[in-house]
Amino acid sequence: MTPSDLFFSALQSLRSNTMRSVLTALGIIIGVGAVITIVAIGAGAQANVEKVIEQIGSNMLTISPGQARDGGAAQGAASRPTLTAEDANAMKTVPGVTAVAPEVRGPVQVILGNQRTNAVGITEDYFTVRGWKMSRGRNFEDWEIDAGEKIVILGSTVAEKVFPGSDPLGQIIRLDRVPFTVMGVTAAKGQSSFGQNQDDVIFVPLKTAQQRLLGGRLIKPDSVQQIAVLGRIPKELDIIERDLAELLRDRHAIVPGRADDFMIRNTAEIFQARAGVVDVMTLLLTAIASVSLLVGGIGIMNIMLVSVTERTREIGVRMAIGASRSDVMMQFLIEALALSMIGGIIGIVLGMVCAQLTAHFAGWPLRIEVSSILLAVGFSAAVGIFFGYYPARKAARLDPIEALRYA
Amino acid sequence: MSRNGTAVVQTIDLRKEYRMGTNVVNALAGVSVRIETGEFVAVMGPSGSGKTTFMNLLGCLDRPSSGKYLFEGHEVSAYDHTDLARLRNQKIGFVFQNFNLLPRITALDNVALPLAYGKLPRSERRTRAAKALEEVGLGDRMDHRPVQLSGGQQQRVAIARAIVGSPSLILADEPTGALDTKTGVEIMGILQTLNDRGITIVLVTHEHDIAEHAGRVLTFRDGRMIRDEKGMGRRAGAPAPQGQPHLVAVAGH
Repeated sequence: MTPSDLFFSALQSLRSNTMRSVLTALGIIIGVGAVITIVAIGAGAQANVEKVIEQIGSNMLTISPGQARDGGAAQGAASRPTLTAEDANAMKTVPGVTAVAPEVRGPVQVILGNQRTNAVGITEDYFTVRGWKMSRGRNFEDWEIDAGEKIVILGSTVAEKVFPGSDPLGQIIRLDRVPFTVMGVTAAKGQSSFGQNQDDVIFVPLKTAQQRLLGGRLIKPDSVQQIAVLGRIPKELDIIERDLAELLRDRHAIVPGRADDFMIRNTAEIFQARAGVVDVMTLLLTAIASVSLLVGGIGIMNIMLVSVTERTREIGVRMAIGASRSDVMMQFLIEALALSMIGGIIGIVLGMVCAQLTAHFAGWPLRIEVSSILLAVGFSAAVGIFFGYYPARKAARLDPIEALRYA
Repeated sequence: MSRNGTAVVQTIDLRKEYRMGTNVVNALAGVSVRIETGEFVAVMGPSGSGKTTFMNLLGCLDRPSSGKYLFEGHEVSAYDHTDLARLRNQKIGFVFQNFNLLPRITALDNVALPLAYGKLPRSERRTRAAKALEEVGLGDRMDHRPVQLSGGQQQRVAIARAIVGSPSLILADEPTGALDTKTGVEIMGILQTLNDRGITIVLVTHEHDIAEHAGRVLTFRDGRMIRDEKGMGRRAGAPAPQGQPHLVAVAGH
């Protein structure tokens, strides 16, 4: 019997009992389909996280006013305005720091068009640090920020809403009744990882925001809500973080033994931790789906045992006309293998469709890895051989005389 | 018939014991027989006489407990499973009472099956299987499945399967047992034709008129061969479509 003989004979035999074959393969189909889907979803989520990290930059630290403690009770972040523009300036001297971007943020009313949006007070470095690009016009210049000029850069959503179909550059826009001149428009950035529209925003020079727009809400006139710091290379971030903490403790006159009044976070690390959770979940779900493969394999073994019994006489005839034990063994092994492989292939197709649908609705990139397909094929083959072995051996060990006498 | 040449089958004190709990059953209690090339031998005896055990041993489906079995001069008692399978494939053709065709494949594929185990290329298998089917007069039924064929036709397919590998020995176990008398006579005619061409045939039957086709009748009882009658000749009027029914003439080569 050549391999192709065995293969066609196996297909023939499976086809002669179509319903049974389909039901038996179903266990493998579901198992493989589930594994492919879960791995693809996990990879998609991973890719999504990577995209976010790429957006926020992997060598960025953010510093926010830290938890103030009141008799031991934490009062939550930003409960005390401990950070100032001066702190931000001082940070520029820390070795390895390439850019520092302090910011204040608050809601403002846009008179023209009567919209509410967020105003963000920034310095020149902000766009570099946060990964924004200009689509039109220009960035603020140092002197404009220092002078507290009444100029703005519009987020793309605001630009479209307030100046539909016209060029906003040089136009006057009133924020809380204060007139500002539009200097530029940023390129669209899309949704944040939390689903907010990041382009619904107006940028103003930091000093202007502090003094003219959000002054009333700031506890100290030059306080900032957050400072983003860009390091030269990701590897140095740990050292920079330590140096920054030292600098701030020094500047804020915190005596040793007392807690920091600021918080330094490595944002990329947070997302990486999130990605780690996704990895663990993927692994867990894959393990659960693999159980289905195992159950499917047992189903194959069961049906193959039934098949061997039903075809006892056929086995006897085959042996009488010259089939050796290994011929019979191969026949049933190939049959089990064909069953599991066909199930595996259908499962792969099913899994890819499910992954596609999930990616489509979740809005993240579809990532079906070749390795997971190869793994699924290999695994279903292994299941077929492993669970087909015992029935095949049973068939091969039949006594031809007994088998021929079998009614 | 010469006693000096190599016999197709030679058994020397062939024994087979079965263990049934504490009892030992002597299914075959020492049988010595020699069957020459070209012989047509009938094996008779009541059930439990050991004739089936004898046939199973001749067909290399089983191995003796003791004694010797020489097939074409080779001692096969010591062969392992694989060697026995190859011997059955190359040298022995089986014809069963209930045909034992594989139900899901065509007559042609059934006949070609032994050649598949003989590892012949597919095209040659088909050619030779078609030729064998034509020899038994079923050239026009090649693509039929067993259920689409009558009992006699199924048995002819089975005979074609037995001869397709050009075996030295055909073992037929009650080949007419499941057929009506007329069809049975046809089947015996085909077997005789094959015998006329020099193929050795050993046939189990309990019908005397079937046994009369054979040139030699071995009678078994209680695990022993109690009679070995030769020269009975063929029953007058039995169909012998071609060749001369002279066993001696064929046995020479």
